[in-house]
Amino acid sequence: MLIVGGGGAGLRAGIAAAEAKPDLNIAVVSKVYPMRSHTVAAEGGAAAVIKPGDSTEAHAYDTVSGADWLCDQDAVEVFVEEAPREMVQLEHWGCPWSREPDGTVAVRPFGGMKAQRTWFAADKTGFHMLHALFQTSLKYDAVKRFDEWFVTRLLVNDGRCLGVVAIELATGQIHSITAKAVILCTGGCGKIFPFTTNANIKNGDGMALAYRAGAPLKDMEFVQYHPTGLPATGILITEAARAEGGWLVNKDGYRYLQDYDLGTPEPTPVLRSMELGPRDRLSQAFIKEQGKGRTLEGPYGHYVNLDIRQIDEKVIDKKLPFVRELCLKYANLDPVHELIPVRPVVHYMMGGVHTDINGATPLAGLYAAGEVACVNLNGANRLGSNSLTECLVFGARAGRAAAEFAEQSGLVDPSVEAQVRDEQRRLHDDFLTSTHGTERIAALRAEMQTTMEEGAGIYRTGTTLDAAVETMGRLRQRARHLKLDDRSRTFNTELVSALELGYMLDLAEVILRSAAQRTESRGAHQRTDYPDRDDERFLAHTLVHRTTDGSARIEYLPVTITKWPPGDRVYGR
Amino acid sequence: MAETITLTVSRYRPEQESEPTFQSYDVPYDEDWVILDALNYVKDQLDGSLTFRWSCRMGVCGSCGMMVNGTPKLTCAIPLSDYVSSGPIRIEPLQFFPVVRDLVVDMNGFLGKLSSVKPWIIRDDETPPTEGEYLQTPAELDVYKQFSMCINCMLCYSACPVVGLEPEFTGPAAIALAQRYNLDSRDQGAAERMAVLNEHEGMWGCTFVGECTEVCPKNVDPAAAIQLYKMASATDWFKSVLLPRGSK
Repeated sequence: MLIVGGGGAGLRAGIAAAEAKPDLNIAVVSKVYPMRSHTVAAEGGAAAVIKPGDSTEAHAYDTVSGADWLCDQDAVEVFVEEAPREMVQLEHWGCPWSREPDGTVAVRPFGGMKAQRTWFAADKTGFHMLHALFQTSLKYDAVKRFDEWFVTRLLVNDGRCLGVVAIELATGQIHSITAKAVILCTGGCGKIFPFTTNANIKNGDGMALAYRAGAPLKDMEFVQYHPTGLPATGILITEAARAEGGWLVNKDGYRYLQDYDLGTPEPTPVLRSMELGPRDRLSQAFIKEQGKGRTLEGPYGHYVNLDIRQIDEKVIDKKLPFVRELCLKYANLDPVHELIPVRPVVHYMMGGVHTDINGATPLAGLYAAGEVACVNLNGANRLGSNSLTECLVFGARAGRAAAEFAEQSGLVDPSVEAQVRDEQRRLHDDFLTSTHGTERIAALRAEMQTTMEEGAGIYRTGTTLDAAVETMGRLRQRARHLKLDDRSRTFNTELVSALELGYMLDLAEVILRSAAQRTESRGAHQRTDYPDRDDERFLAHTLVHRTTDGSARIEYLPVTITKWPPGDRVYGR
Repeated sequence: MAETITLTVSRYRPEQESEPTFQSYDVPYDEDWVILDALNYVKDQLDGSLTFRWSCRMGVCGSCGMMVNGTPKLTCAIPLSDYVSSGPIRIEPLQFFPVVRDLVVDMNGFLGKLSSVKPWIIRDDETPPTEGEYLQTPAELDVYKQFSMCINCMLCYSACPVVGLEPEFTGPAAIALAQRYNLDSRDQGAAERMAVLNEHEGMWGCTFVGECTEVCPKNVDPAAAIQLYKMASATDWFKSVLLPRGSK
């Protein structure tokens, strides 16, 4: 079997498969060395119930209400139940979790959570989780890595996924790798937007590969803006800064969240209140505050301030050292003594490839886990610290399910090899030898990003969305005429960028069309022309299929409710 | 303040040339930029064929190490302004590695070295996760914590004079990561790792001048890790001579 992506979900899937079926050959194909994967940038923590007084039921309720009831509650129940075991497993594999004096794992508060259940390794949680997983994966001989191989297409025959076509970057050779099962673990697509915490590699590769291969995408209109990014770069300042006692203040030094039904200010953090409200509500409050003229304006647009000066310097150095390091290096300020300018920044895709609770997509043999997938755990708004745990729980589940599927299935039909010749021809003719191109990748990418921000930002309307769909159509036409400076085989990063742009343009259209058709406001999807939640029509998942002519066909799938009927989201009271 | 700044960048395209050459690019000067931003300006606006690795642009993924004016640097973590007054900025691939193309080096050798030191928890008794976490006090965590901060950026290999002479040397980052596990209170694999490290002479060539520690962007101290190893290994040897009846 084969895994595309070597981040948290991909490595967890690989280890799970190797342990479940030791005789399987497991390939991990990644466009970067696994320790470069974007899991590395996650900061604040990973949620799992571990302490007395907390319960999986409470974790589930926080997740469901945080998601504005759009998550599938069977997925949430599986998640909260398996989360603690997965987290302890990672502890056993060496993850250097921060500890209490008695040696037990320490937890911290996090946004939208009614109990302290977020495990952390200072504020480099993703970094430590990724390296622990990667280093542990090295002991499994069954896991064979294809580092710096870029997947350009899924092999599909007769309704079943049978492997991938990929470019080996070092040589430029285009190979097919056949497999009895494929798991996509490629993460999100923040780079569709101009201002994002996401790394350069987050281009939605797996989402687009699945979509093109016939698997539907789900709930793509739900884009999470994290409330606190550094204005010049979009570098994330973790929610943990607020969990440890940071305040968000407007230009008058006023804790403005109190004006947006998020509670009353207290000197120390209160769970599910004020700065520990959910991300969608905090980012929306920023836009409203900006509308009132109470934000500040700098060279990179409007911003507010994050004030962590009231936190003891020793606590900052112990629990938030990366926040201090990032501020010193990238904002030229010391947050122990100075305010941190922040603004909302695109952070996470709640949507993704449609899967069941075992990571299976409707396309036989194709699985997905982590941010690339939509199980759906996160609904209309993900809670901070649920996504790292999601990589573990659903990475492991997908790994086991795909291994089982691979064991049960017969040999791969060698006729799919013909598809690799098509793909070689496409890459060669359209990119490497094409002489009619005029368009620069960077210019088109920038136009796509601006269009998305204007059309599908924190607040949307039918008018802006329709205009963006039209612009995106033109950009897709122009993207057929790219001009590459680089025609060589060896490590051609410009060719990779061109293919990534193609992925992003496909997904941009899906996001816009999904958002245009959802005429309600829920969680991170806020329509100023339809400001209310509409459970009658939209307590349902958007499912987008790619039709044979390349256009998007949208249908809706009911949400699974087990224990928690739709209710009001209440924070701070 | 300067309006433009010149980057003199090492180019190597194995399909076209047998030796690296230098190419100069003038880029606008922006005081908020890091070196990597200037390279991306070249890539996006001037020459799409210039080839380098990068990803997070926040100093944690470890992709973008290069030689900047002759010193190994993480290019997303150093400001352009540090170099603005000193003439053209010379950018080359990390030294002591085979060059794949332009600024991209082959680091598969490191991956092999990393695997060889068994960088995972080794225990005689594994307890199932259902029985809860292994206890580890904050003080026990502090013993190995700094060695766990390595981002595998390869700057230390590029700074290490021993690596330059003896490419097979396990090297600073891999030894630091071996120590990271040796010093972890949950681990019992130190003896296994010692056996691996003693196979290579390289460690004894380390003169403890500490270039590796000097260039580390994450304040890991690989030089100290190597010294710890030398001491442990020497102690083992003395014990085996003085106490020949297998005491360890």
